[in-house]
Amino acid sequence: MSTLEIKDLHVSVTTEDGPKEILKGVTLTIGDGETHAIMGPNGSGKSTLAYSVAGHPKYQVTGGTVLLDGVDVLEMSVDERARAGLFLAMQYPVEVPGVSVTNFLRTAKTAIDGEAPKLRTWVKDVNKSLADLDLDPSFAQRSVNEGFSGGEKKRHEIAQLELLDPKIAILDETDSGLDIDALKVVSEGVNRYRAREGKGVLLITHYTRILRYIQPDRVHVFVAGRVAESGGPELADELEANGYERFLTATV
Amino acid sequence: MTVTDAARESVEASLEQGHLSFSHLNPPPSYDLADHPLPTGREEIWRFTPIKRLRGMLEGEPSATQLTWDSTLPDGVTLTQVSAEEARAAGELAPNDRPAALAAEHAAHTVLLDVPADLELDDEHPVVLRLHGESVDDLVYGRLVVRVGRHAKATIAIVHTGSARYVATTTVVVGDGAQVNVVSLQDWADDAVHLGRDAIRVGRDAHVRHTSVSFGGDVVRMHANVEYDAPGGAAELLGLYFADAGQHLEHRLFADHNQPRTKSNVLYKGALQGDKAHTVWIGNVLIRKIAEGIETYEENRNLVLTDGCHADSVPNLEIETGEIEGAGHASATARFDDEQLFYLRTRGISDKEAKRLVLHGFFQDLIRKIGVPSLEAKLTETVEDELAKNVFRGVETEQ
Ligand SMILES: Nc1ncnc2c1ncn2[C@@H]1O[C@H](COP(=O)(O)OP(=O)(O)OP(=O)(O)O)[C@@H](O)[C@H]1O
Ligand SMILES: [Mg+2]
Repeated sequence: MSTLEIKDLHVSVTTEDGPKEILKGVTLTIGDGETHAIMGPNGSGKSTLAYSVAGHPKYQVTGGTVLLDGVDVLEMSVDERARAGLFLAMQYPVEVPGVSVTNFLRTAKTAIDGEAPKLRTWVKDVNKSLADLDLDPSFAQRSVNEGFSGGEKKRHEIAQLELLDPKIAILDETDSGLDIDALKVVSEGVNRYRAREGKGVLLITHYTRILRYIQPDRVHVFVAGRVAESGGPELADELEANGYERFLTATV
Repeated sequence: MTVTDAARESVEASLEQGHLSFSHLNPPPSYDLADHPLPTGREEIWRFTPIKRLRGMLEGEPSATQLTWDSTLPDGVTLTQVSAEEARAAGELAPNDRPAALAAEHAAHTVLLDVPADLELDDEHPVVLRLHGESVDDLVYGRLVVRVGRHAKATIAIVHTGSARYVATTTVVVGDGAQVNVVSLQDWADDAVHLGRDAIRVGRDAHVRHTSVSFGGDVVRMHANVEYDAPGGAAELLGLYFADAGQHLEHRLFADHNQPRTKSNVLYKGALQGDKAHTVWIGNVLIRKIAEGIETYEENRNLVLTDGCHADSVPNLEIETGEIEGAGHASATARFDDEQLFYLRTRGISDKEAKRLVLHGFFQDLIRKIGVPSLEAKLTETVEDELAKNVFRGVETEQ
């Protein structure tokens, strides 16, 4: 079982003029095995939501709760959240010079499982998940994300998703910057993960094209720091046809 | 080729001032002690050094005490005692600071390490000189000349352990077309004081890589200079240091482009932690008027792990000709990158482990460049030990 419940989440960032509220009461629940898509204009706070759930220190939670299987996530440190089963595929994955992908993956897997993975199967698993995402085996020896193209970084995020096997995956614009072939490869990776028992996905995107490969159970329109409307997959089609106009005028 | 803005400014400034005859930052070499007077500490080349903590080492009291030497010499390589005259005849470079002048004056023995012409040693079998001191009460002068013949290929590691007050001069004469890799490891006990100068002369089309690694010691002040015998030589000067509470680790580089079409590439990386950990990096580059078509780049990066540490980082570029291929420098002193730590932690890696990984990566980048697989493995291990032992004492873990 894995459920992520976000209730009335308020989040601020510190600016020169004092705190600025970005999330203004976000409520949304990803039930067991569900995939939810969040769509919204630039600057509406989608990444803020993703980072806040992951625990980035830049964002101050001023109200609300986030529960993973009933346990308060906001009380946990960033790495505790990950070990509890949260995963964030970042919009802009970070380069870590001098740390090889293998070393990184092994360290992460060990941290999450609480024990080192069995060497023989692990090497095979790493090679397979790189290959599945169309990444050359040489990536294992390269420094984490350093010199990776935008698309390679995104594929590397999904390789990690499959290897680390969290309960809930938040994918922040994993589709942007991907060409059509890479989009398929990435979608297949996400779908393999989704096919496992009880995995939840929160998929943040600007484009409906990824939703043709990854069918969401629910779609949320995100505007000005809150969910403006929720619906089924048909809501994505409406957004595709009409844009955000209707929601913007409704809130401003 | 890139010329950074800083380099351009230096070019203009130097050209405006007219031609410089010699570098004011680098006093002319001389064996005469009178040319290297006892410093007051206000001199440009001494102002960063805690002279009081040198325990009188600059005064020049004679001493016949020696370090114990334990050497691994591949076939064909010889290590012999020679006279001062023979050392000079072998190409020793005259002292360019007081410690080097004192070492030349007082060393009980002068040692010549000879790698004959055309001898190609494989990377896996380096020449290793293990120098060990018994006590910081011992004042020791060391004088070594390394002569690598033309077209020879050799890796030479000099490892310092134990304790002493050690004043040393080393010359590395790199023959035409030779390829030499020198690694000097300062793995001293906590109380050692080491004032060293490694001077390198690069032959025509020769390549030398010099790596200085400093972990231990109370005060370590290493001077690495490179100059060229003929056009076409290339020098890579690498360094790695790790200063703990109270330690002073100073690395002074001087690349003297005295020949056309020569190259120098400097990369030093250091980490500091603990109260009054102090590191100094001085990167002097002189491009003489004759040195057209040269390329130089120097970079120093410091990672500050705790409050109370201090890293000085001073690149100096003096340029007497505008006819160069490229000149640039970069210097940065920073704390851990929060975004890197956050990324690692979203993968379940604890704060402490994330810091250890980032630091490992910071140094690994450099260790890979050393180009001696057996040494790289050992250095990685030493770095890991050092990290495990010291790094996270006093680094509080944040949420
Ligand atoms: N330090 C800050 N100071 C002021 N405003 C900030 C700060 N950090 C973030 N913001 C603002 O918060 C808002 C939400 O940003 P966020 O990155 O969450 O948007 P997003 O929906 O992910 O946008 P995009 O579609 O472009 O990725 C933006 O308007 C941004 O400018
Ligand atoms: Mg965003």
